[in-house]
Amino acid sequence: MNFDIDKLKAKHKMLKEFSFEKKEVEKGYAGKTLYINIGNNEIKEKTVTEEMKKIFTGGKGFNLKLMWDAVNDDTKWDSPENVINIATGPIGGNTNYAGSGKSIVTSISPLTNIPIDSNVGGYFGPYLKFAGFDAMEIQGKSENEIIIYIDGNNGKIQIFEAPDEAVDSHVFAEQMVEMFAENEKEKQHVATVSAGTGSNTAYIGCLNFSFYDKRRKVARLKQAGRGGIGTVFRNKKIKGVVIKYSGLTGDSNNAVDVKTVQDTGLKLHKEIIKLDDSQCKMRKVGTAHLTEIMNEYDLLPTHNYKFGSHEESKHLSSDVFYNKFLTHGLPDGCWYGCTMACAKTADKFELLTGPYKGDLVTVDGPEYETVGGCGSNLGIWDAQAVLEINFYCDTYGLDTISFGTMTAFIMECWDNGILDKEKTGGLVFTWGNKKDTLELLHQIGRGEGFGLIAGKGTRKMKDHFEKEFGADRTFMNDIGMEAKGLEYSEYITKESLAMQAGYGLALKGPQHDEAWLIFMDMVNNQIPTFEDKAEALHYFPMFRTWFGLQGLCKLPWNDVEPENNAETDEPNKVPEHVQNYVDVFNAITGQNATKEDLLLQSERVYNFQKSFAIRLGFHGRKQDAIPYRSMGPVTNEEYESRVERYDGQMKDKIGIDPKGKNTTEKVAITRKYREEQYEKLMTAAYKRRGWTKDGIPTIEHLKEIGLDVPEVFEVLKKHL
Amino acid sequence: MKKYLKTYEEKCTGCNTCMTVCSTLFFKEDNYEKSCIQVVKNEKGGFLLPVCDQCEICVPECHTLALTVNKKGVVMLNKSLCIGCYACVAICPTDTMMTYHNLIVPFKCTACGACAKECPSGALEIVEEER
Repeated sequence: MNFDIDKLKAKHKMLKEFSFEKKEVEKGYAGKTLYINIGNNEIKEKTVTEEMKKIFTGGKGFNLKLMWDAVNDDTKWDSPENVINIATGPIGGNTNYAGSGKSIVTSISPLTNIPIDSNVGGYFGPYLKFAGFDAMEIQGKSENEIIIYIDGNNGKIQIFEAPDEAVDSHVFAEQMVEMFAENEKEKQHVATVSAGTGSNTAYIGCLNFSFYDKRRKVARLKQAGRGGIGTVFRNKKIKGVVIKYSGLTGDSNNAVDVKTVQDTGLKLHKEIIKLDDSQCKMRKVGTAHLTEIMNEYDLLPTHNYKFGSHEESKHLSSDVFYNKFLTHGLPDGCWYGCTMACAKTADKFELLTGPYKGDLVTVDGPEYETVGGCGSNLGIWDAQAVLEINFYCDTYGLDTISFGTMTAFIMECWDNGILDKEKTGGLVFTWGNKKDTLELLHQIGRGEGFGLIAGKGTRKMKDHFEKEFGADRTFMNDIGMEAKGLEYSEYITKESLAMQAGYGLALKGPQHDEAWLIFMDMVNNQIPTFEDKAEALHYFPMFRTWFGLQGLCKLPWNDVEPENNAETDEPNKVPEHVQNYVDVFNAITGQNATKEDLLLQSERVYNFQKSFAIRLGFHGRKQDAIPYRSMGPVTNEEYESRVERYDGQMKDKIGIDPKGKNTTEKVAITRKYREEQYEKLMTAAYKRRGWTKDGIPTIEHLKEIGLDVPEVFEVLKKHL
Repeated sequence: MKKYLKTYEEKCTGCNTCMTVCSTLFFKEDNYEKSCIQVVKNEKGGFLLPVCDQCEICVPECHTLALTVNKKGVVMLNKSLCIGCYACVAICPTDTMMTYHNLIVPFKCTACGACAKECPSGALEIVEEER
């Protein structure tokens, strides 16, 4: 990459310098958070109180607490007082237990207008903690393009104008590594947060977190993808946040009992190394191994979630990526010591389109979600094209999931005559048109043409198509795969009622990180009743929220399982791994928590986040409404494609004989039944969570779980 | 070329001299648990001598390039780069990337030959051979 660091630096204008006293992390906590206002260049430290730790634990809990204090009831995503908060958690940054390097980012989302949270690998969050801060909040808006630099070795922070640095992340990260590392050895100590040119106008902007790969000699990127935080970042005119920290050791958390952390971590390392190849193959191909599994179970989103499998999906199987593109045999973890190592990489990948055409680049991926969203869901059965879309989404700062899902919506609109070349400015969106899909992506990168409309996401497109083109809103609501304004991630949920609610009730919108219940529900029939499903919709979202409080990745929890896991009482919970988390948490923090205590930590933050959305005006059952495409067949074509299944269910479950009925009638009967089922499950799940029928947490319940915060009660009282 | 400590377990008498020599050299204390070579009694009354055979499987596992292979083919651990993640310990097929209680950084045989020189029964030998 060609750039002149001295020329870039010559244009810098220092706006603010701040010094802080370096202190060791104790028992997993730095004890301070960092506040930066880029509107007035105020920088200050805030103390983490024992009360804050007790109620909010860390990570997302700290982020949301700081955010609650920063915004007001009317704050919108682009209000100056909106914040971008970044944290790890007390377990975060340990180098022994696989998956301990996650950062979590929160903000008010341009897509949903409520708090979004998105977790991400890379080195930034742990380096931030070891530099001295459990979390950082960025508030205000800058007039000019700026960079925030945190020198975690010398206790200095700078805000400076940076007019000439790149906006696209793969270039920006390389520039920062060159600018702030004094030698090759130090490059691994520099980590960045950045967005991309696509985030300038699109609402589906993501953040890239870098980590320098010493073997490949390249700054690789992981994404905090969901909910448009990259858009907020660019709206504030931030080019990037850079941290340098050089002191990482095997006990930077100053754990109370480092031996237990080491032993528990080593036990999991050995389990992964022994079992991964016969289980999920994360070390070999990463999450992309899911493509063929989802296709086999009719769960792989195809043609905007109409279908769950396709013969051509073999061209997107993990073998294709492994054999043709991925570099083999290197430690691909996005944090030190992660032996699950799922962050696969295609090196020296030649780009065929766009502003970097002809460049040989490193593409981190593809993750399963990108293959599903930007491949099968669009009918693009071409691995090279999926990788190219993956690369450009990343460097432009765009979420591959939202991009894939909203482009699938565009293609179905095209298929139904809602769009034509006149309306798209010449782009053709027939299924599988990779050329124009990439051109749409480049238009979003440039902020022009149909890209300006599409980049705002599915919900805004529905408004535009209805208003400008007279499109049928009901049909678009049925097929537009968004809820709360956020695009769905990449699973077909039609045959799993529990997963429909897993998506629908997810606080930030339909992302699967709260609950993934399809196999339990649909394949293994382990949660047959409403109460069973409601219990699963309580336990799993609460348990999985815990990862975001701690700086942990979810994958080492159940993407590898102990050999005897199937023989345990509750194999879906992976009891041995839950105990590992209890042991590591206690060993680092010195607490004496039980597994039930961990759930309570999550439940407090979960209910706080729910209450936060209510405070911003988003409440009632309508908040958890989902598009019918996620519940059942919208069109006759879909029904007829799985006619035996749907006819069988009509007879066995609904008690109506399908004989003599035409497809339109059968679609309507199925729909009525499925929509009623969803409503019943919502009610059951709300009850299990301690909420009213309108989805409002009760004060009694919040007191029971230790979320005894008067400000929250005041918000909820208005709706109880 | 591969330099490594070759063992002849049938010659071992279980005197433990090697462990004393190794731990004293590396850690300045006579502590068998801090020896890169271990003397382990087997079921038949003989002895096993697990020690690193410099197979290099651990090397690509290291994120920080703390593990490298020197000109003689010996896997070397740079303690200043190691962040104690133990990925190398986990992947070691012979369980000879060693750890000890609260030590953050693991340790391993560097084929220095000190133990072989002192072994009274000729059970240890430094060899250099093509692999």
